[in-house]
Amino acid sequence: MTSYTYRKFKNKLFFWLSLGCVIIAVLPLLSILFEVVIKGAPQLSIQFITKPVGIMGQSAGGIGPAIQGTLILIGLTSLIGIPIGVISGIYLAEYGDNKYADSIRIINGVLTGVPSIVIGVTVFLAAVIFLRHFSPLAGGLALSIIAIPIIARTTEESLKLVPNSIREASLALGVHKWRTIISVDLPAAKSALITGILLAVARIAGETAPLIMTILGSQTFFEGFNQPMDALPLRIWRDAQLPYANFQAQAWGAALVLILIVLSLNIGVRIANRGRLVK
Amino acid sequence: MRPKLSGDLLFKILTTVLAASAAVILIVIAYTLFTGSLPVLKWSGLYFFTGTKWNAVRMLYGALPYMLGTLVTSAIALIIAVPISLGIAIFLADMAPSALRVPISYLVELLAAVPSVIFGLWGLFVMRFWVVKYIETPLSTYLGWFPAFSGTPFGLDVLNAGIILAIMIIPIVSSISREIIQAVPNSVKEGAYSIGATRWEVIRNWELNYGRSGIFGAVILGLGRAVGETMAVTMLIGNAVGPAAIPISLLKPGQTMASLIANDFAEATRGSIEYSAYIGVGLFLLLVTLSINVIAHFIVARSLKIKGGAVE
Amino acid sequence: MSLVSEKIEMDSNTHAEKVLNQQNSTLTNEKMKSIGLSAWFGTKQALRNINLSFRSNSVTAIIGPSGCGKSTLVRCLNRMHELVRNSKVSGQVLLDGRDIYAREVDPVMIRRRVGMVFQKPNPFPTMSIYDNVAAGLKLTGLKKGKNLDEIVMRSLKQATLWDEVKDDLDNPGTSISGGQQQRLCIARAIALQPEVILMDEPCSALDPIATAKIEELIVALKRDYTVVIVTHNMQQAARVSDFTAFLYIGELIEYGSTKDIFENPKVELTEKYLTGGFG
Repeated sequence: MTSYTYRKFKNKLFFWLSLGCVIIAVLPLLSILFEVVIKGAPQLSIQFITKPVGIMGQSAGGIGPAIQGTLILIGLTSLIGIPIGVISGIYLAEYGDNKYADSIRIINGVLTGVPSIVIGVTVFLAAVIFLRHFSPLAGGLALSIIAIPIIARTTEESLKLVPNSIREASLALGVHKWRTIISVDLPAAKSALITGILLAVARIAGETAPLIMTILGSQTFFEGFNQPMDALPLRIWRDAQLPYANFQAQAWGAALVLILIVLSLNIGVRIANRGRLVK
Repeated sequence: MRPKLSGDLLFKILTTVLAASAAVILIVIAYTLFTGSLPVLKWSGLYFFTGTKWNAVRMLYGALPYMLGTLVTSAIALIIAVPISLGIAIFLADMAPSALRVPISYLVELLAAVPSVIFGLWGLFVMRFWVVKYIETPLSTYLGWFPAFSGTPFGLDVLNAGIILAIMIIPIVSSISREIIQAVPNSVKEGAYSIGATRWEVIRNWELNYGRSGIFGAVILGLGRAVGETMAVTMLIGNAVGPAAIPISLLKPGQTMASLIANDFAEATRGSIEYSAYIGVGLFLLLVTLSINVIAHFIVARSLKIKGGAVE
Repeated sequence: MSLVSEKIEMDSNTHAEKVLNQQNSTLTNEKMKSIGLSAWFGTKQALRNINLSFRSNSVTAIIGPSGCGKSTLVRCLNRMHELVRNSKVSGQVLLDGRDIYAREVDPVMIRRRVGMVFQKPNPFPTMSIYDNVAAGLKLTGLKKGKNLDEIVMRSLKQATLWDEVKDDLDNPGTSISGGQQQRLCIARAIALQPEVILMDEPCSALDPIATAKIEELIVALKRDYTVVIVTHNMQQAARVSDFTAFLYIGELIEYGSTKDIFENPKVELTEKYLTGGFG
């Protein structure tokens, strides 16, 4: 056994080493935020946010269609993915004490591990071929597929936090189970439920891979459900690969807008939950 | 009194059916990918998994380079990320003053919230040059005779892809490792402290030891994430195809299964064998990530359960 | 085998004997009656062949050591026991002469006629005091054509809570003290105008002053309702009830008017319990 001072030294050493690891991990985050702000902020203007993309070799234009596209996709996912995810979660929490529910839980866990590009390929094969067009619907479908397992799990967890005594109180009044779930359980679980949904939305807002072959991308604003559409992540990707500095700058501007959306959802959720029991 | 055909029954049916959507989704994914891959699997057979040429004109589809690309980039990511993640986990679980714990763990979580394409953008225009200047050029200058470091580094290569992957998987590996470490029963820790062990010794000899299998599970989960990650890798790996994509040198362009699909699937003629080849790569990618994730969850859940902590 | 049926020599004119004799027939003032009631949790039998009667407009106390099945018994009276996984009930429970477990009977309807107040007050956390009281009516669709304001006021008055909360009806149901919350739960149960009110150790989570208030309330309630109260507090049973049933390990040991049970228990086990022989 080595001397005590040596052991104390090692103790100190590893303290600083582990702190060093934290710093190494945090530095990229800070750098990303810094660069996005520095390079993206100069791009922001009313023009930038509302105009469509320009022609290559000339003015880069704006990212109006991309912002619109992302909002439309969020809307579509909310229409499809959120209801299905929440209702699945309700099943798992309120009726899910059986083998069927257990296997659904496992499948949900498995689905969260499927790469989003694979989901994009699937929706491309299943829907775009079927519809014969690239389509915002296909994009919304792909994003919903990503969102559903996440929302199902967070919904189940938030309902499980509701104390059973509340359910019993309602049932003992002669309220039907379905009404109890809707009018008593869900309101009681509201904040955790909404947190889960918002975090899932933040997640899908930033997804690019599933959009490549479902909405394809576009220079113009939304033209219909059977036409390609643009979206922020796609715009960033495409602009970044162009050899023109003004388009690259546009990519940073778009990245700033996207990060603002994603981070404000994340941070907003955190602030709203401050003081409550967070997991 | 009324029979039971009621709101309750309808509601139960509705929720039960919608819960099955997960199964439907999984089946659709597996089915579409499988049927889409059949043409290339029939055409290339085993060559798909062992061959290295990828050429639409000559109808050769060997996906081995991309599988190796995924393997190598993920390995690099793990080599870099695991020690750092453990360091973070230890720091947050044991070493940090309690006032710092929440803000720091929050910052690490925020890293996970950044979209992949923004990582790629940053990697492409910021990190790349830094890595080229301070890591790749020295490696090439001094160790360029070694095959792994041959080639003139431009920054769009296997190493950079690996590094960005490492940064992206740190949040998940560190947060689960932290849970594992914190799940080590207090009695074990107290016993160790009572014989005069220092904080670091308790960590090294008891906590990491006790949590060994759980941490292994966390690493596997990180691996699963790295294998499936697409956009950031696509933007940094250089889009090599065929034998040029075999990842012999870290400083040369490469290709992973995921980046191949993102980069090149859109160009393929619909219905052709080439088209099916990309789907085949997607199928293989799916199988690999599924297996990794199932194994990882199994290990982590079992480890947490045995230790008496809450399952995640 | 029940220990009740055989036994005692006594004066044929004692009140207790009259009551015991009445157990074997259905009288018009017998609001509820259990016949051969047995209940299980999985394979574990919690109640054995309970034959017990509850007279209209009276307070019946159910006493006995922990784990004797008191709670299970009352939960069989409003068909809440069957909500537990793997639970089983056999025998009959007559409400106004009709078996509530008959096949065509909807348990939800029974629970509207037989209300319940729980051990720990459980007002709905997302609802105001007003909405808590009205919840039973609103969530069961029974509010049509009724003046909710009037009903809420009447229920709160009956529960002796009106004066304390009448200016704060919009405050959350959880913003009042424990004792007040319990009276709120009583008001909530009363608002549905049930015929029977079951109380499962309603005071065990409350301080002595709150307890005293509720005991007063219980005695007052019997004017309009039939009350069954489970309690581990013998003195409480002696204070508030007209009839007392003593349960031990799932069996009904003795039943009679409270006065007789406490002053003159017929069964040795009863006497042992009353004199503090065991928990």
